[in-house]
Amino acid sequence: MPEETKYSANSKPKFWNDPEKRALLFQVLMVGTVILFILYIVSNTLSNLETRGISTGFDFLSQTAGFDILLTLIPYDATYSFGRTFVVGLMNTMLVSFLGVVLATLLGFIVGIARLSHNWLIAKMAAIYVEVFRNIPLLLQIFFWYFAVLQVLPSPRQSIELFGGVQLNVRGLYLPEPVAGNGFGWVVLAFVAALILSFFLVRWAKKRQDQTGQYFPAYWASIGLVLGMSGLTFLLAGSPITWVDPELVGFNFKGGITIIPELSALLLALSIYTAAFIAEIVRSGIEAVDHGQTEAASALGLPRSRVLRLVVIPQAMRVVIPPLTSQYLNLIKNSSLATAIGYPDLVSVFAGTTLNQTGQAIEVIAMTMGVYLLLSLLVSLFMNWYNKRVALVER
Amino acid sequence: MLHNDHKLPDLPAPISNRGPVGWLRENLFNNWFNSILTVVAIYFIATTIGPLLNWAFLSADFTGDSKDACTSEGACWVFVTVRINQFIYGFYPEAEIWRINLLFALFALLIAALVIERTPRRGWIALFTLTVFPVIAFFLLYGDAFGLEKVETHKWGGLMLTLVLAVVGIVAALPFGILLALGRRSHMPVARSFCTVFIEVWRGVPLISVLFMASVMFPLFVPEEISFDKLLRALIGIVMFQSAYMAEVIRGGLQAIPKGQYEAGEAMGLSYWKLMGLIILPQALKIVIPGIVNTFIALFKDTSLVLIIGLFDVLATVQAAITDPAWPRVSTEGYVFVAFVFWVFCFSMSRYSQALERKLNTGHR
Repeated sequence: MPEETKYSANSKPKFWNDPEKRALLFQVLMVGTVILFILYIVSNTLSNLETRGISTGFDFLSQTAGFDILLTLIPYDATYSFGRTFVVGLMNTMLVSFLGVVLATLLGFIVGIARLSHNWLIAKMAAIYVEVFRNIPLLLQIFFWYFAVLQVLPSPRQSIELFGGVQLNVRGLYLPEPVAGNGFGWVVLAFVAALILSFFLVRWAKKRQDQTGQYFPAYWASIGLVLGMSGLTFLLAGSPITWVDPELVGFNFKGGITIIPELSALLLALSIYTAAFIAEIVRSGIEAVDHGQTEAASALGLPRSRVLRLVVIPQAMRVVIPPLTSQYLNLIKNSSLATAIGYPDLVSVFAGTTLNQTGQAIEVIAMTMGVYLLLSLLVSLFMNWYNKRVALVER
Repeated sequence: MLHNDHKLPDLPAPISNRGPVGWLRENLFNNWFNSILTVVAIYFIATTIGPLLNWAFLSADFTGDSKDACTSEGACWVFVTVRINQFIYGFYPEAEIWRINLLFALFALLIAALVIERTPRRGWIALFTLTVFPVIAFFLLYGDAFGLEKVETHKWGGLMLTLVLAVVGIVAALPFGILLALGRRSHMPVARSFCTVFIEVWRGVPLISVLFMASVMFPLFVPEEISFDKLLRALIGIVMFQSAYMAEVIRGGLQAIPKGQYEAGEAMGLSYWKLMGLIILPQALKIVIPGIVNTFIALFKDTSLVLIIGLFDVLATVQAAITDPAWPRVSTEGYVFVAFVFWVFCFSMSRYSQALERKLNTGHR
């Protein structure tokens, strides 16, 4: 057949029929399109900025901000620069994220385990909790806590005194503040020393158990060691802590630690919402552990609490960690909803107030997004490292 | 050997192990710890649910046309019934509301046809919903053609806007998500890195910052002559954000397809697009339908964030109505109403996705 020669080994396929060359062409086109698109946007943006008289660059970071912030973890007032507002906002975001992660994890594990309880009422209540809170938008929950619950608290003069000088009113929750006196350094020293000692104790106990099989309650001993040593030093140094109670001065409380209602509302909503998701993750993790494992452990005569702690939970954690990481990331990103109720987080003070005052949208938004990307990256790096430690090693 | 073939009849279990008493002993009081938990739970329920029911139903006001109708101690649902039109339709002109109702009816019909299994030609209906229906919806809502009056997008609001944002978000994010997922698994290094970076960047930032970007940066990106609709800007932001999440869901489906399927397709001499379109994607998408529904639920809840950039979705209309001084102290009622609306949508979708998961969990794996 004459056609056969067309497909012989040494005749090359047409350029567009060669997969490798076609892929190359396609990628070159793709890069070209993207570059053209970016150039188009950049030129538009530059001309738009010029007509609106907005300067570019990061010089604005050193200008005076001129506005106050409700909650600052580092010294700040209106005379500080926009760069400082960035740091203040970032620290407020990290504060609420950290507290939220801790609370949501605690609540989520409790609800997740409660959903598997043999007690019918407890299991049903946990199920209702999950179904209610995960199907309602987080923003609505934040509004609910802030506008419907916390705003109906009494005014400072009619504060509810909870216990021992803790005051609750519409302006926030006021706690007594501990002030370290003379000799408190010794207590800190004793605490650190006890921590180091318990680290070695745990290592020694593990080694001994591996070698001889004898069990030593190292964790309980460590807790006792830390509490005992720092407590004893505290007493010996003459209890060097004084509590400063919040006092009603004029229309508001002064002194002590103030937890502003914006923080409480955001924290409540974030942790209750995320806990509903964490509970489902924990439940699926525990259900994923083979029933034979529980039976085998029970057959060995382990009590139920140790079956849970030594057999079920470690294996459940392997299933739990990756989705748990996503929930932590979601919580950190969701903390940006703070801006809706005026909690001064990064988005609120930087992408909100700072952007409005300087008009430098590009730089401000880029910095904000960069921070969240970096935070996400760091958390997933840490959780992946932890995941590798607990993951099942198979041959 | 002694045999006894006359077996005694089985006795019923003792009374303490059956009936309501047995159930109680088994499920609520089987040991001292559970008994304590039960008592605490009952106390908690009695102190919360009772007053809650009383507030919401027994001593609540349902009828009337102003705040004066709210005379009792309980909830003032009159607030919701008076404003229900605004909560559903936003500021849409009263005379044109039939257009939204028609659209809602059509949408509900299509959804029902898609969910009910016995409907013939469900594939074609799905295609119609994804392609033709959005066009119809656009002309019905926006007007300015076929003799319909033009309704500017800033008059759109309420539940209708929420649904527009969610449905457009998901319908538009699906094709982008498929392309991104294919790109991320492509053998071409440039395409792969573009898609990976795009997905990871949008997944790593909060939706709020994307919306902020859409509202303050997009106008800078286009020539000054082009005016850029606020709703359109928000939609572009939502679609970009959502397609990154969608891409990851679809990637999961692509990874679940056995290698043999790819090889068999290649052995048949199919081109890349034919291989993907005829063999891989139909299977992959079928596996991840529950994942897509979950993404849709997340998007549906997230649409409420548009209130931060000044669009009036259902939450924002209620939030605005609450601050009306003519209606003092109705914030709880307002929030409960919005929560109920969102809850009904999200809960039914999540139940549907679970049912699908059970149904699809037959062949694969």
